[in-house]
Amino acid sequence: MTRFSLFSALPLAAAAFWTGSAAGSEELSFSQVERGRYLATASDCIGCHTDFENGAEPYAGGRGLETPFGVIYSPNLTFDDETGLGRWTRDDFYRAMNEGIDREGNHLYPAFPYPYFTLMPRQDTDAIYDYLSTLEPVHKEKPENELPFPFNLRQAILGWNTLFFEEREFVSDPEMSDEWNRGRYLVDGPAHCGACHTGKNFAGADVDEEYLRGGVLENWLAPNIRGGENGGLDDWSQAEIVQFLRTGRNDHTAALQRMGEVVVLSTQKLANSDLEAIADYLKTLDDDPREIQPSQDSAVMEAGEAIFFDSCAACHAVDGTGAPGLFAPLDGSNKVNSEDPTTVIRVILEGTQAVATDAHPGPLAMPAYDWKLDDGQIADVATYIRNAWTNSAPAVDAGTVEDLREYLSED
Amino acid sequence: MVQKKPAVDAVLVGFGWTGAIMAQQLTEAGLNVVAIERGGWRDTPTHFPPTIAQDELRYYWRHEMFQETARETLTFRNNPAQRALPMRRWGSFLPGEGVGGSGVHWNGITYRFLPSDFEARTHNEQRYGPLPQDMTVQDYGVTYDELEPHFDTFEKICGISGRAGNLGGTIQEGGNPFEGWRSDEYPNPPLEMTFAQDRFEESARAMGLHPFPAPAANMSRAYTNPLGLSLAPCTYCGFCEKYGCGNYSKSSPQTTIIPVLMRKSNFTLRTNCEVLHVDKHPDGTRATGVTYVDAQGDVFEQPADMVILCAYQLQNTRLMMLSDIGEQYDPVTGQGVVGKNYCYQVMSSVQVFYDDAFTNGFVGAGALSMVADDYNGDNFDHSGLGFIGGGYISCSTTNARPIESRPVPEGTPEWGSAWKKAMRESFLKTTSVGVHGASMAHRLNYLDLDPTYTDAWGRPLMRMTYDFTANDRRMTDFITPIAADIARGMGGREIKINERTGSYDSMPYQTTHNTGGTIMGQSPADSVVNRYLQSWDLHNLFVMGAGAFPQNAGYNPTGTVAALAYWSADAIVNQYLRDPGPMVQA
Amino acid sequence: MVRISRRAFIRQILMAGTVVAGFPAAALGRQYRGGEGMPWEAGQTHTPYYGTEPGTFFTSAERACVDAITARLIPSDEDGPGAREAGVVEFIDRQMAGFFGRGQRWYMSGPWPEGLPTQGYQSQFTPAQLYREAIAALDAWCETNRGGSFAALEEDAQDEILTGIESGDVTFDGVSAETFFSLVKENAIEGFFCDPIYGGNRDMVGWSYVGFPGARYDYRDFVHHDGARIDLPPVALMGRPEWSAAQ
Repeated sequence: MTRFSLFSALPLAAAAFWTGSAAGSEELSFSQVERGRYLATASDCIGCHTDFENGAEPYAGGRGLETPFGVIYSPNLTFDDETGLGRWTRDDFYRAMNEGIDREGNHLYPAFPYPYFTLMPRQDTDAIYDYLSTLEPVHKEKPENELPFPFNLRQAILGWNTLFFEEREFVSDPEMSDEWNRGRYLVDGPAHCGACHTGKNFAGADVDEEYLRGGVLENWLAPNIRGGENGGLDDWSQAEIVQFLRTGRNDHTAALQRMGEVVVLSTQKLANSDLEAIADYLKTLDDDPREIQPSQDSAVMEAGEAIFFDSCAACHAVDGTGAPGLFAPLDGSNKVNSEDPTTVIRVILEGTQAVATDAHPGPLAMPAYDWKLDDGQIADVATYIRNAWTNSAPAVDAGTVEDLREYLSED
Repeated sequence: MVQKKPAVDAVLVGFGWTGAIMAQQLTEAGLNVVAIERGGWRDTPTHFPPTIAQDELRYYWRHEMFQETARETLTFRNNPAQRALPMRRWGSFLPGEGVGGSGVHWNGITYRFLPSDFEARTHNEQRYGPLPQDMTVQDYGVTYDELEPHFDTFEKICGISGRAGNLGGTIQEGGNPFEGWRSDEYPNPPLEMTFAQDRFEESARAMGLHPFPAPAANMSRAYTNPLGLSLAPCTYCGFCEKYGCGNYSKSSPQTTIIPVLMRKSNFTLRTNCEVLHVDKHPDGTRATGVTYVDAQGDVFEQPADMVILCAYQLQNTRLMMLSDIGEQYDPVTGQGVVGKNYCYQVMSSVQVFYDDAFTNGFVGAGALSMVADDYNGDNFDHSGLGFIGGGYISCSTTNARPIESRPVPEGTPEWGSAWKKAMRESFLKTTSVGVHGASMAHRLNYLDLDPTYTDAWGRPLMRMTYDFTANDRRMTDFITPIAADIARGMGGREIKINERTGSYDSMPYQTTHNTGGTIMGQSPADSVVNRYLQSWDLHNLFVMGAGAFPQNAGYNPTGTVAALAYWSADAIVNQYLRDPGPMVQA
Repeated sequence: MVRISRRAFIRQILMAGTVVAGFPAAALGRQYRGGEGMPWEAGQTHTPYYGTEPGTFFTSAERACVDAITARLIPSDEDGPGAREAGVVEFIDRQMAGFFGRGQRWYMSGPWPEGLPTQGYQSQFTPAQLYREAIAALDAWCETNRGGSFAALEEDAQDEILTGIESGDVTFDGVSAETFFSLVKENAIEGFFCDPIYGGNRDMVGWSYVGFPGARYDYRDFVHHDGARIDLPPVALMGRPEWSAAQ
């Protein structure tokens, strides 16, 4: 009876357990499947491989991923024979994760983060494979990618790989603690943090010098998450990093759109020891001191202050301290102070919603100001909050606001 | 053609405070719940954020938060000899509409009624002898002691800011010494008070009264409630009552319950759908669901094992009538119960005008108030006074929204240069002491269906027959002068007394504290629902809200409405579901 | 069981149609499934509907009449600005052209017997119709009894007539002068103190006159004013001049 109650508490796993098609007669141990589920969660496979917008089945793919080169649709990871991984072997799967090459030998687009997954050892990719094999197979064709020439040519990736990709497994640094190494493995491997938080070159590949210093994608800024001296998370304690990844909120900020998704689907479900390891690692990444900006145009700052005092202080407080845990303090914020103002402008234009998590079920939201403030006013208030109090970041010009406004109105 | 929806465990009619409370409690118990709301979806960042919320014309004067009378109103007369005419536009009260109901635009004053309020007949007759024949006051059938844990639950859900006056029977300095015993302190300290409250406190104390800060659903600090939902500190913006709160600092169904509900797969909400009637089983012992119409005019049947009316008091009463459940009250014979004991409240005030001091009324919050409860309920000896009940006396600073709040001294003309100047001089230098008086039930104050006027769907409007009673008049005539005495002691240049005289006028705003019509009690002969808010007629029909009050107390009703909802939900989950049937034998 | 008549249904649809015209958000029935979280969309705000361009309802004669009445109710004088500086007529004109003037949200079905004072507005006219009828009646009354339209009379004469309407001494046939007067009074106050987005309270003159700081949302730093004056410039929904950097 005990066994049954254990399984009934895990209906999905229990149901799929013995019927997994590709696993065939091979019996999968419970712990192996659970390990795979955990790694798949840490890798946030479900995030890209689920078409949430259309309420589609998890892991069945079909989500359009917006890249600078066009829209790429994620494939089906369930073990359907025709449209999914049904005919894939563990070797096929390892090769995809390790080299970015599919079962037919085609190169996969690096929107699939194999440059990070390559760090994962065989036993980890096998576990993920085994977990995926227990999912109910879903027959779902992948829509054609929307890529212009020459990006529609998969051969192009060969050149890309030659230039930017290195097949390698994770190597521990013996000088550092096990926790630190575990954190680094998670950050650089399964959790592929750099996919968003590391700056990219013209070809969309990571720039080493920009490692976790922040990046822009889909017109969002993924902020600098280096936690050492001068890093974006310099003033976050290790516990605050864990709290953010666990609950989607801490006294500094709340997880918004894309990161919100990551917290909900991935990090809130990870073991505390792993979140602590990630935080431990990030806290060792120092950064160069930020460039102190020359003082901004006083007319701009005065207009920005007037707008801020009248329109923003009811939540973010006159002195920019916000309401910790509720409304983001703007003073000292890594998003506000980042060189790239995309997120600041975007949040002012269209508002934003703090993600609802198990720990914080209430999705607090900021309203849109696009109808209320013109491009110049948004630029002025953005410049003000980026240079008021202890903040210092380049001024924002109206043209940048105009461009983003235009981009958002195209959706 | 009526389309049939899949059956559910419970259908809720209306999705304000009681709808949200019921939905939360019943889904927690594992039930599959559908809520049907006739207004639209509303939430802070889209419908009343601080980019648009502080708009006096739109939200109050153009009634954006309220039901449209065009769709449904009620007819009104002062007594049965008059012809009732429709309230073509709202005036003396403002029923809300949309998700969150009036819980979006309320002040947030969150009292508990006094223990003696729940036993109004027994208590007063024991102390003062028999009540007059026409005063149809009765006991609730539930006691304060039984409701105490549920008051406590709601106060914690809301994060009420206040100071206890009676902790487990021990009187606390600075709180309300007259309140019923509390099992716990308020979850948040009181709001900060302004100049006007300080003057009131001094004056009231000098008169030997016991002022205390009003229990407020405006947050005195950041707060996370037991459901994990966070509320922000109130910013004293002065756009609270009649408005939605833009920065999550006033408790509402949206800020305290709904986000949790929206994460549950056993909950569904349908908006812009209006329930037309409760469907009854032919055997007459239970409801089978509700019939509703959506905005496109399509009619649906929603079968359910339980029907819970969670609309406003006026709508719940009317739905009972339109569904032909229970016997309609007849004021001539005194027979029947549906529509009986409609009550209101008796409000009066005293304005204080200062010469030099600025009261700065725009710095305010919906429940920012100091209160003296010395003349409420039976907190004072009524011997020889000729009335029962009372009211609290308070000095609130909620706003200086100028279309609404621009008092002028006695003798000022109503327009022209002299008026304009007086208005300007007083605008920032005035405050008011209010009396929030109870309303006792009377044989001739009641609700029924109007014989002439119909709503947008061609169904009869409800008809209200109401006037202040002799008890009300004696009560307000006794307490208003006490309020004036406090006002005189507040250091102003002059005062102006706004007595409540004459017949009830349906136009000037007074309060949206309408009660009765689906009253609770101890037998089907005197009530619509039993002590668990369960219909005496259909055992799977429950009726929430202030309609259950057999008479109205001298307090804002939301705390008691919510406590009754939690009490009822508790009875449903722990008694009714185990053995569906009448929980009290008639 | 009550059935919905086809007429009632069509009327409802028509009403819904005009609601859409007045407010951008269409009131359509929707189902929200629990488990999907709180509905929210980026860039969505229920922005205020502030009416059409000026000069859309009143004729020039009507405009002159409303201007004259409201200028007596809220005069421009040495103490400060009045209805004229605030643009009260423009405000009322826009209101009359919109849902308010159409009485769209009010219960406007008959029959229409004479009401008691405690029963409130019982005119069969919508606000816009009431203005139209009553202005015509007022001007006709003035022509007959004072030899000119209301707007053409001296201020003292105007005051005398308005006082007469208020006291019930001046009445019109077919339309209640008293109901009209109380509606104009109400609308004039609205136009003097509403947000400038609606056309009245131009440049926030009404708010500045009485010292109301307008559409603010945070007075935490001012709670303990202890009876002292708080000096804050008024701000409207669309801002104040200081929101734009000097060019």
